Formats: sequence, structure tokens, C-alpha cells
Amino acid sequence: MTVLVLLDHTDAGEPRATAPELVALACSLGEAEGVWVGAAPLPAQLPSGLARVHRVAVANDWAPEGEHVAPVVSEAVAAVVDATGASVVLLASTFENKDVAARLGALHGAGVVTDADSVAVEHGTVVAGKTVLAGTWTTRVEVVAPLAVVLVKAGAADAAEPAAAPEVVEHAVAPSYVGGLVEVVERTERAGTGRPDLASAQTVIVGGRGTEGDFGPLEELADELGAAIGATRVATDEGWIAREAQVGQTGVTVSPRLYIGAGVSGAVHHRGGMQAAGTIVAVNNDPDAPIFEIADYGIVGDLFEVLPQATAELRRLRG
Amino acid sequence: MSIVRGGGTKVGQPARCRVTFPAVRIVVAVKHVPDIQADRTLGQDGRLARDGGDGTLNEVDENAVEAALVVAESAGGAEVIALTMGPDDAVDAARRALQMGADSAVHVLDEAAAGSDALGTAHVLAAAVRKIAEDGPVDLVVTGMAATDGLTSLVPAALAAELGIVALTLAVDVTVADGAVVVRRELDHADETLRAALPALVSVSDRANEARYPNFAAIMAARKKPVAVWSLADLGVPPDEVGSAGARTRILAAEPRPARKDRVLVTDTGDAGAQLAAYLVEHKLA
Ligand SMILES: Cc1cc2nc3c(=O)[nH]c(=O)nc-3n(C[C@H](O)[C@H](O)[C@H](O)COP(=O)(O)OP(=O)(O)OC[C@H]3O[C@@H](n4cnc5c(N)ncnc54)[C@H](O)[C@@H]3O)c2cc1C
Ligand SMILES: Nc1ncnc2c1ncn2[C@@H]1O[C@H](COP(=O)(O)O)[C@@H](O)[C@H]1O
Repeated sequence: MTVLVLLDHTDAGEPRATAPELVALACSLGEAEGVWVGAAPLPAQLPSGLARVHRVAVANDWAPEGEHVAPVVSEAVAAVVDATGASVVLLASTFENKDVAARLGALHGAGVVTDADSVAVEHGTVVAGKTVLAGTWTTRVEVVAPLAVVLVKAGAADAAEPAAAPEVVEHAVAPSYVGGLVEVVERTERAGTGRPDLASAQTVIVGGRGTEGDFGPLEELADELGAAIGATRVATDEGWIAREAQVGQTGVTVSPRLYIGAGVSGAVHHRGGMQAAGTIVAVNNDPDAPIFEIADYGIVGDLFEVLPQATAELRRLRG
Repeated sequence: MSIVRGGGTKVGQPARCRVTFPAVRIVVAVKHVPDIQADRTLGQDGRLARDGGDGTLNEVDENAVEAALVVAESAGGAEVIALTMGPDDAVDAARRALQMGADSAVHVLDEAAAGSDALGTAHVLAAAVRKIAEDGPVDLVVTGMAATDGLTSLVPAALAAELGIVALTLAVDVTVADGAVVVRRELDHADETLRAALPALVSVSDRANEARYPNFAAIMAARKKPVAVWSLADLGVPPDEVGSAGARTRILAAEPRPARKDRVLVTDTGDAGAQLAAYLVEHKLA
């Protein structure tokens, strides 16, 4: 069974953190082949285990800034599916890739599963595991179409090691008519934060309104724990931290081993994006805050007292 | 079939159309979902229990209706048609859109549509948009970025694909001018401004606007607004293409997550930070 992995990369051609995870997962299902869309140069190394990588050039004097739009990427993936006879496509579960998957579903008959945290082949069919209803239920979903497109959450598999780039197969596609209608007026790629990627981090520390804009104590604890920093919508609306840090129903979904919420009330919209975390720690000075209903370890207290003390004690305990 | 206005449409290819205001017609797709504040459960078949009686308009769809109304107002009073697919109760979602200011509504109601996955839903909604377009071309389709029940975010791009139009998704800002729509979006790794000629589909984020709250007069006025009820047969959609029969994914098993055990709640009396550190080390979380 041929399993295609869309190798998400920065505009400059650096693979995203999810790419080696998806390759490892693909290798566990069948023969893994990569799809690389656009003019960005292939890196010298790609995740190990790929039998081939299909580089799809977008033809027709296409403006490079439009190469990443969903209609173009979905045409590219569809072309490689046709060329290889692949029956499974794995994509990182991002909003952009959901648009790609939706087009593969609507135009190419694929069955699509979003936000999967596991993927297996059972009796010849693809079965994905996913949590639903804000992390309160777990389900197993079977794809009953000849082409399975599965959007996999960050952190669902251990990353494959880097290796020399495998055999490269070149393809060219002309953008579909609809793809050609999208004009990218402006695009600014954001630089990384220097911390682990929020969606896949093992430890996530989230600040809410209670921080009053001072994320200092969270940053210091994050340094100590190697954590990613997230935020509630209130904190991003206030401009205290970038939008992409928003955790919740309409932001990033995280399922780390450890979630620490500081000055976060635990509104249902926020819970939707973090309730699947392994251990939930909450620091809030209101004993009635709803986040205590789901916390494994709740502290009624002032985050500006509790977090610095925890950081100092961790340093002491660990020398 | 194309949903676009004007001549010059080549078969199988929607025309780049010129739209001049105030001729805009807007369809806004709204979904009735179980209230996220209430307990939600899955049935034996893995499908969401939708009979709790505490359904509501999907929250982000309020932002979608707001965006549609603002575009309509800036276009000098264009027509806004709310579209929903779902069981009897779903008409409440359409009613809410009418109260906010939509002019009319369409409710696709058919038992055979029950159990549709996102792609089946998009297929039915696309057929409904085409039928709406029989009375006059549709220039803009507006949706929310995600429905809080399934949270798939697949319907917008799938609907646009079925209609053969562009989808500009996740908009935090929408402007329609000179026959084109311009959208600002904030993605995981980048910020973008995209532009496309109408007709197009836009999905809006909860950050796109503050949805208006209908006053008493608006609620009364909405009672007189027309709601058309269409079946799959009215849309020419064969029942086996949608619903559970046509679904390309099937839920094999569903279980509630086990309750969290050994939960601790402490009140800080001066050493809670140190206790937290010890807890993290003990549980190998630090
Ligand atoms: C359609 C829609 C989508 C949404 N999507 C999201 C989403 O994806 N993510 C999200 O987060 N929100 C989302 N929201 C917003 C959500 O409803 C809440 O408003 C938000 O999560 C609350 O953020 P908060 O906890 O920071 O603020 P608040 O609810 O104001 O809570 C602040 C908490 O800090 C505590 N506090 C204050 N000072 C201290 C201190 N010194 N020490 C300790 N504790 C302190 C207070 O007791 C309080 O409990 C959405 C809303 C809507 C309508
Ligand atoms: N049954 C439905 N009826 C009308 N609109 C829908 C329906 N399902 C989804 N939508 C629209 O599609 C958006 C995204 O939904 P989803 O892809 O299911 O997360 C929603 O915000 C609605 O605007």
C-alpha cells in the first residue's frame, strides 16, 4: 500500500516539525512517499524511510506566492495520487490542510478524517482514532472510500530521523482554473518563537487574562520545563501575545502530557482545545473558576506568587 | 451548472464575472448544533445525540451572518438568504439568521440526509445554492470557519469546490468592492491578504466581527420572513449519495473519556509553588 505524505515546509523550504512525524506514521502503514509542492529547494536531508519524494512544480508562469493556496496544493497531491496509485494521503491537521483535504474529498472522492491522533490499517481499511466533543469522547473512524485522506494532529507519532534525500520524481501541474483565481495580495510568514511548536509540545503553559499582560513568570517556568507558551483568546485579543498562540476551539488544539493554565478561567471554548491533555494543572485565585472542574492539580492562588516559587523550587530540586 | 451571473460562461468553467452593486445576492450557511455549554454525548452509532432540545445556532455562524449583513449593507441593501440543512429543529438556526437581518431562509429537510459527513453536507448545500441561483445569480457564499459539533472545518472548502468557485477561508476581515472580495486571514505560520473575483465563498473566524443582537422589533419582523423547506428530491440529489448511505467515513466505536482520577485542589498558604514543583517531579512531568 502506497502512503503519500504532504511534506509541509516554510516558504524557504524548511520542513515543518510535523513532516518527520507523518513520515514515521506512513512507514508504519505501508510504502511511504513524500509530496513536495512548489519551487522551494528540497533540503539536503529529509525524514528517513521515504521510498521516493515527488516534487511538484506548478506550471504556467504561476506566481510563486500563490503556490501554497489550497486548490493548487490539492491538484498537486491529486496528480501524485494518480501517478502512484496511492490509497492513503497523510496531511498535518492544520486549517490550511483542511481546505486541501476538503477539495480532495469533494473533487476526487476521498474519505476524509480530521484531527486524527492515530492511524492504522485494519483488514485492508484505514482506521483513525480521534477525540471529539472537546476531548471528552474518543472514537475510531473507518474510511470506506478507495482514497483515504487523514489529517493527523501534531505529536501523534515520534519523528523519523533525518536522512539523505531519496530518489526525486519530478511532476508538473498547471493550477486549476479556480486556483488561478486566488490572488495573494500579501503574505508574511512569521518567525518561530524559539520554543517548541505549540501544537506538538509535550508541555504547554497557557496564560489568560489573569496575567494582565505579564507573561514573565510563565516564560521563566517554560524555560525550566522546555515548554511551549499558549494563551486564551482574551490574552491574544488584548495583544499581549501573538494570535497563533491561541489555544481553544477556534485556535490551536493541544494534547500535551502536561498543561499548565495560569490566570485562565477555563471557558468552554478554551477547554475545547486542551481538555485532552494528559495532566492539567491550574493556578487561579478564584476557587469557583470552571477550570478547577477538570484540573488534576488545582491551586487556588496568585499566579505571580505560585509560578516563580515553582520555577525556583524546580531549579533547586534538579540542581 | 454554474452559479454565476452574466453571459460568456464557458461550459464547465465559471466566468470571471463583473458584479456591479447593488445587485449582490449572498447565501449564508448556518448550522444548528447542540449547545456546547450543555452535556453532549454520542449515541451507540457514534453519531451525536441531536435530540437534547438544547440546540442553538453554531456560534461562529453568527459571525458569518454578521459578515453577510455588513457586505449587504455596504452594497446598498443586497439580498441575504440563510441556508441550513438538518432535522426539524434546524429551522431555529435559520430563524436566528432571519432575526439578525437575513431576508429569507431555506431549510433542507430530509431524513435521508441524516448522518451525512462533511462532504455529504457540502454536496447537499451545493445543490441548494444552485437551486437558489435559479432565481438570480449568487455572488457570495458565507460560512463559519467551523461547526462546534464536528469541528471539521471541511464544509466551506468542499462546498466551494462543488460549486466551482474560490474559497477564501478563516477570514478575520472581509471587504467586497468592485466585484471582488478581499480577505485578511491569520494562519498558524503566516498572515495573508487574499483577493478573488466574485462569485466566491468566504468562511469567517470568530474574530471577524461582533455579531449583532436582534432587538424585539427584529424578532417580530423575522416571523413574517419566508422559510422554504426543500427535500433532496427538490434538489435533485439522489438519497444514496448523502446521509449515512453516502458517507465515506464510518464510526466504529465511541467511548467517553474515563474520568480523571486522584484530583487535587489546594489553596496557597505560601508554599503551593514548591508543592507544585514536587508534584511535577514526582509524576515525572518535569
Ligand atoms: C465563538 C467563540 C470562540 C472562542 N474561541 C476561543 C478559543 O479558541 N480559545 C479561548 O481561549 N477562548 C475562546 N473564546 C473566548 C472564551 O469564551 C473566553 O472568553 C476566554 O477563554 C476567557 O479567557 P481567560 O480565561 O483568559 O479570561 P477570564 O475568563 O476573564 O478569566 C481570567 C481568570 O484569571 C483569574 N485571575 C485573575 N488574576 C489572577 C491572578 N493574579 N492569579 C491567578 N488567577 C488570576 C480570574 O480568577 C479568572 O478566572 C471564544 C469565544 C467565542 C464566543
Ligand atoms: N448542516 C449544515 N447546514 C448549514 N451550514 C452548515 C452545515 N454544516 C456546516 N455548515 C457550514 O459550514 C461551516 C463549517 O462547518 P464544518 O465544516 O462542519 O466545521 C459552518 O460554520 C456552517 O457555516
